[in-house]
Amino acid sequence: MVRTLLVRGMLAGLAAAVCAWVFAYLVGEPALDGGIAYEDMLAAASGEAGGEPMVGRDVQSTVGLLVALLIYGVAIGGIFALVFAGVYGRIGRLSARATSAVLALVGYVVVVLVPFLKYPSNPPASSADDTIGLRTGTFVLMLALSIAVAVAAVAVGRRLVARFGAWNGVLLAVLGYLVVIGVIGALLPTVAETPADFPAVVLYDFRLSTLGLHVVLWAGLGLLFGALVDRRSSRRAAELAG
Amino acid sequence: MAQGATLPSSSVSLGVVPLRELAPWAVFAGVILLALLYLVGMDQGATSVFSGEMIHEFVHDGRHLLGFPCH
Repeated sequence: MVRTLLVRGMLAGLAAAVCAWVFAYLVGEPALDGGIAYEDMLAAASGEAGGEPMVGRDVQSTVGLLVALLIYGVAIGGIFALVFAGVYGRIGRLSARATSAVLALVGYVVVVLVPFLKYPSNPPASSADDTIGLRTGTFVLMLALSIAVAVAAVAVGRRLVARFGAWNGVLLAVLGYLVVIGVIGALLPTVAETPADFPAVVLYDFRLSTLGLHVVLWAGLGLLFGALVDRRSSRRAAELAG
Repeated sequence: MAQGATLPSSSVSLGVVPLRELAPWAVFAGVILLALLYLVGMDQGATSVFSGEMIHEFVHDGRHLLGFPCH
């Protein structure tokens, strides 16, 4: 059964990644090009001739983007399915479909939104090259802690639900997660290195498209996976397969 | 488990997955999938498993747009 869930999770992740790719190409790429334009402007001003890139912009913005999203989608989809297998039937009495939808929403907040609020995405040329180590380390730490605190909140939340009822118990668990991760976020170092003359519109649009891209990806994943593991559609698939 | 028995006898019966059955999948597939995330998100940035710039250059736009730290 885990095999079936894993396969369907990866398939749902791939399909969601294709949807996210359409969004990223239409909405994200114009903002990303804004960053590249700023980079070119800096290079021209300093008289440095940009060398021939290893991968052309036309490849990066189409096939490269698609491959990156497909890899991300298949990995997130697979992990999503494994987590689903762990929580389904153990937390609350939600149907498979509802569990998938709730898990996608929680995943979006914990894995994407909360780390993003502390360490938002940056278009090309808006970060200092030599801080990549610090930025990567703090980002991964924030992500790992967000997941760890969320897991702890679920564990504590089960007891809170038993004691205070479903509504109040879940609210308290969510509140606990937000307070703890808020304190952690406040303690971790802040990265503020966007050049003063970097176009604000480009930065704004770019960050918004990161959130939008993940909304498409996670919503697609949660809904598609839910449909694939739903009892009725599973039965129909079994009939079709003979 | 009783819930699983009431479902149609297709290959997919959505009972609660026993943790014993889940654990090896979670470890094995989890490690591989996390390695994929590392490749697309971080390799040839702060740390490099593969030398060069090719992976970084190829997934460059996705890496930026997904929100991973990049140059």
